[in-house]
Amino acid sequence: MKILNVNEVTRNIREMCIEANHFLSKDMKEALQNAADAEEAPLGRQILLQLHENMQIAGEDMIPICQDTGMAVIFMEIGQEVRFEGGSLEEAVHEGVRQGYGEGFLRKSVVKDPIIRENTKDNTPAVIHYEIVQGDGVKITVAPKGFGSENMSRIFMLKPADGIEGVKEAVLTAVRDAGPNACPPLVVGVGIGGTFEKCAFMAKKALTRPVDVRSSVPYVRDMELELLQKINSMGIGPGGLGGKTTALAVNVDTYPTHIAGLPVAVNICCHVNRHVVREL
Amino acid sequence: MDKYISVPLTDEDAASLTAGDLVYLSGTIYTARDAAHKRMHEALERGEQLPLELKSNVIYYMGPSPARPGRAIGSAGPTTASRMDKYTPCLLDLGLKGMIGKGKRAPEVRDAVVRNGAVYFAAVGGAGALLSRAIISSEVIAYDDLGTEAIRKLEVRDFPVIVVMDPRGNDLYETAVKKYGV
Repeated sequence: MKILNVNEVTRNIREMCIEANHFLSKDMKEALQNAADAEEAPLGRQILLQLHENMQIAGEDMIPICQDTGMAVIFMEIGQEVRFEGGSLEEAVHEGVRQGYGEGFLRKSVVKDPIIRENTKDNTPAVIHYEIVQGDGVKITVAPKGFGSENMSRIFMLKPADGIEGVKEAVLTAVRDAGPNACPPLVVGVGIGGTFEKCAFMAKKALTRPVDVRSSVPYVRDMELELLQKINSMGIGPGGLGGKTTALAVNVDTYPTHIAGLPVAVNICCHVNRHVVREL
Repeated sequence: MDKYISVPLTDEDAASLTAGDLVYLSGTIYTARDAAHKRMHEALERGEQLPLELKSNVIYYMGPSPARPGRAIGSAGPTTASRMDKYTPCLLDLGLKGMIGKGKRAPEVRDAVVRNGAVYFAAVGGAGALLSRAIISSEVIAYDDLGTEAIRKLEVRDFPVIVVMDPRGNDLYETAVKKYGV
């Protein structure tokens, strides 16, 4: 049994919110650099270089990479041997977001009610996903999600007969419809299988996988590569202004599903694909 | 082709722009996004004055992150323009000359752009840190209670944008995708 004070959770989440909004992970930086080197469209290349410069400025001046510093999505993978003390874990997570978004000069983009739409002024609540896993560790992933791309995400309840071709068409449709709105180059998270909400969860979590890591399942890996190639043939390009770099990666996860169904969720993320991971 | 243009935008300058031009804007622009557009729309429906002069002006669809002490503004990139489509034709008919955002517009917006000789510019989405360097000052002039969504008056110098839709209705998003799509 490991005992963890919830203040540790607050402190880490506060720091992770600030880190995620100013620094991209190494795999994302490399993918953007590689894309700039390979882009053939002159305007597209110029935009990719601007994005590179933008990242440099963000880190040096401590100014967020994007003004949409997102709604804080937090994955908590909690070992079953862990016990928390010192108060409510849930409140500790929200407090970390509150402090991070306040002290980090991050934008407060959350409204209290989806219809009444009054800003909560501290970017809480976060969206928290808890998973109980083996062991005595706690793995926290902070993934602030901007809504330019979130708004272009889709869910499709396909029929089993639609098969893999139906899945591919669903992903391509979502990306085509997103076009310039979702701030390409994109990272595309796809969840296939499970239930309505399970596939959406998988699609979101797939965005936190490094963009240079492919699925270990052979057919899924092939599909990821094929979809990326097809997306980058659409011509949308950086900023939607034309070119070969429409996506940096397609990350697909799967789960068993029902005999009657083939759920597919496509969670689209912009090039500011933010996620910071820490293990306590 | 790179062009240096002052804002507010004259009819002549607007007419000189073509989809695909890289333009550096200097002068005064205003921010407004979802909530501010809704309020302006409601004000017009009640027959009230708007808090900003629309004639010849440019609205930037942007809600910044908070400024650190000593800075004019925080991160300041464009938001998706299509959410403003419902309100835009009316504002263009009242004299609005330009918009800065990102993403596609509705056919009604394109019609209003052509009808009024206006321009829709894109700034690079997700480049808010870079774009903030072209903003010299920022002042909230209306709807302060909306926080990041308040209407701000910005002084900009060489603010980099790309003409997506010109006064003749050409749309770079359509032509560029055709050019590079396989």
